[in-house]
Amino acid sequence: MTETPDTPSDMPSETPSDSAPSELAAPVAAPKRPARKRGPSARRRRRSSALVLVFGLLATGVLWTMLAPTGNATQTADANEAVRQGRALYMQGCSTCHGLGGGGSTTGPSLVGVGAAAVDFQVSTGRMPLAAPAAQADRKPPIYSATQIDQLAAFVASLGGGPEVPKVDDKSLSDADLAHGGELYRANCAQCHNASGQGAPLTYGKFAPSLSESTPKQIVEAMRTGPESMPVFGDRQLSEEDAVAVAAFIKHMNETASPGGFSLGKYGPVPEGLLAMLVGIGGLLAVCLWIGARQKV
Amino acid sequence: MTTASPPEFVKRPTPVRKANRAIDERFGTQPGLRRNLNKVFPDHWSFMIGEIALYSFIVLLLTGIYLTLFFDPSNTEVIYHGSYVPLKGVEMSRAYASTLDISFDTRAGLVFRQIHHWAALVFVASIVVHLFRVFFTGAYRKPREVNWLIGVGLLILAILEGFAGYSLPDDLLSGTGLRIAASIAQSIPIIGTWASFLVFNGEFPGDNFLPRLYVIHILLVPGVLLALIGAHMGILWHQKHTDFPGPGKTEHNVVGHRVFPVFAVKSGGFFMMVFAMLALLGGLAQINPIWMFGPYDPSKVSSASQPDWYIGFLDGSTRLMPPWEFRGLGHTVPAVFWPTAVLPGILFTLLALYPFLEARFTGDTKSYNLLQRPREAPTRTALGAMSISFYLVLWISGGNDVIAKTFSISLNAMTWAGRIGLIIIPPIAYAITKKICLSLQAKDAEVEHHGIETGIIRQLPSGEFVEDHRPKPTPVPDHPLVPNDRFALPSANGHGDGDGKGLARRAGAAVSGFFVEEKETGPGGPSTPVGGGKH
Repeated sequence: MTETPDTPSDMPSETPSDSAPSELAAPVAAPKRPARKRGPSARRRRRSSALVLVFGLLATGVLWTMLAPTGNATQTADANEAVRQGRALYMQGCSTCHGLGGGGSTTGPSLVGVGAAAVDFQVSTGRMPLAAPAAQADRKPPIYSATQIDQLAAFVASLGGGPEVPKVDDKSLSDADLAHGGELYRANCAQCHNASGQGAPLTYGKFAPSLSESTPKQIVEAMRTGPESMPVFGDRQLSEEDAVAVAAFIKHMNETASPGGFSLGKYGPVPEGLLAMLVGIGGLLAVCLWIGARQKV
Repeated sequence: MTTASPPEFVKRPTPVRKANRAIDERFGTQPGLRRNLNKVFPDHWSFMIGEIALYSFIVLLLTGIYLTLFFDPSNTEVIYHGSYVPLKGVEMSRAYASTLDISFDTRAGLVFRQIHHWAALVFVASIVVHLFRVFFTGAYRKPREVNWLIGVGLLILAILEGFAGYSLPDDLLSGTGLRIAASIAQSIPIIGTWASFLVFNGEFPGDNFLPRLYVIHILLVPGVLLALIGAHMGILWHQKHTDFPGPGKTEHNVVGHRVFPVFAVKSGGFFMMVFAMLALLGGLAQINPIWMFGPYDPSKVSSASQPDWYIGFLDGSTRLMPPWEFRGLGHTVPAVFWPTAVLPGILFTLLALYPFLEARFTGDTKSYNLLQRPREAPTRTALGAMSISFYLVLWISGGNDVIAKTFSISLNAMTWAGRIGLIIIPPIAYAITKKICLSLQAKDAEVEHHGIETGIIRQLPSGEFVEDHRPKPTPVPDHPLVPNDRFALPSANGHGDGDGKGLARRAGAAVSGFFVEEKETGPGGPSTPVGGGKH
């Protein structure tokens, strides 16, 4: 929801500073960037050694640190660092199923080419790591911090391409055409996720999940990567603008209060029928009994 | 009232009395008025269920009239420019746009829509519960079979009327429902395609179906409903209400309260409570949020598209039906034909014919004015429980996707549970119910013969333990044999406020005096059971 506007970059998915964490995606407070925790001196030494070769005399101290973020080589160094960190996390938390090299195993699919967007979606919604083998992974609180997710995404992206983490900021959401997003939603999403985004079952325990907790970024990621049974909506089918419009429509649906009173889960006739039975006719039968009981004489 | 000179006022001539006399002198209404207002209705809480149906129908008429002022049942495509932002600029039918306008841009429009819809759900529900009451007490037996048939007709019409109302706003949900209805029509062998083309004026969805449906919803079916309700109540009035057996109650009398004042006041109050409940639901609980569903477009469909509850059992039967398609003789009979056309046909036919079938199979052709308790007719009660369990399995299956999602159950498991349950649960319900009825009968017989257990255990000198029973108490009538000794009529006992306790009674007595000012009720008045003489 409160996506901070990202700094422009050529390589958005590879540097932690470029894909800012979403607050909704990370109930765990995002920690300070490990890059700064790591202790500046060692890092600075590494950076300097790389740059000394290029710039010669311009070498030391605070001045260097201030100039560093604009340097391409530094980004590469940061990216490499993120990949390294991500690899460590991957080895610990993911490799059991997805294989040591990310090539998959009998218990988990290959991650080569799934892209940073898939990692960000799966891990930030808590679906990965899997709680238990089941028909389908369900949403749960994520166990990795936003930074760690970025590192994992960087590692998996380094295995080979795939969709990058999309940039969905407040401005693009507020500029989006809600009505157009709604049309696209009803044409492409409602047949599984339900007209009001409540989700519905698919076959054999699989299901289209409720969208009520999804952040716009996660929604765009899901469209681009097609998790579980969901088809991929690539940028040739849905432009960047269209995808954001759909996300904005869902966000609007989630955040708007029901004008008619209690929403009854927004599921329509089934909960309505239940309420009509329990409270409507049930309550009136109670009134009958009450009048009947008071009528003795 | 044919005498040339009206009798002298025996009571102070109040304006009401004067008006009554004036009307009577011109139309001769007094005898009929007195007879009908003195009619006696028995008291039992379960006799009020039918009233819920009547009152929610009145609420439906009132709210429906308001909605007709703003609704435009037109298929014409327009661009929406109302105040609901997520649909601004979207192309939709005038019907849908005007429903949005009712919801967002009309004063009290949304609450009237919601009360109307909740009242529709409660209307059909109360008809069904009323049907249960009539069925399980044997109230449909001779001489009331015709009223049973009218009641079944009312139920079917109420369901059709509800479905028409559900379909009118032309939102994605109602369009999906209509599309299924069109498919059902098409599935009927030989005439199906013709029937569908006739109804929709060509291919579904057609271009002028909504105006036709509107006429059906606001004029045709309500008119027939009103007429049938009139007949239903007219016959009830004429045949008099049934009652449970009790002290002083026989097959030939009716014990209870007169229409005026007690029954009328009670019913008026109950009407207010029904209205209050429906207004409460309409004001607090959102129903049919058509703005979330979007305008109808045959290319779109939402998951968890359900009909309102009273169609749910047909949705369920469709979901449970295996895909058995019959092809031959140059025709195709799709699987949907059996659960949606044949099944309801069988169910409603059996329902309508039940009184005649029971009379045929039991050989009992006597007339009854006293009801039975469910346990006194174990087979009937068990058949009823069997039917209800059959219906419930279908009904639950109609929402099996929402249930599967809500409780994280596999949808396939739900479907198979429904298929198997539909076959094995009804017989189990039959056996259990019959057993319970017979056991209750045995319990009644034991109390009758041995008295009531006291819980006191005594040891006899021989060492044997026995429990004391006390005899079943003779029933103390909780109804006086004659209801009018509470609101005694002045001409009957001369005073009017029999025991005169409480304001309500005095008021009631005073009002009842109004109706008897001119004519003696006859010497037998106070002690003759009221209203049952004709049986």
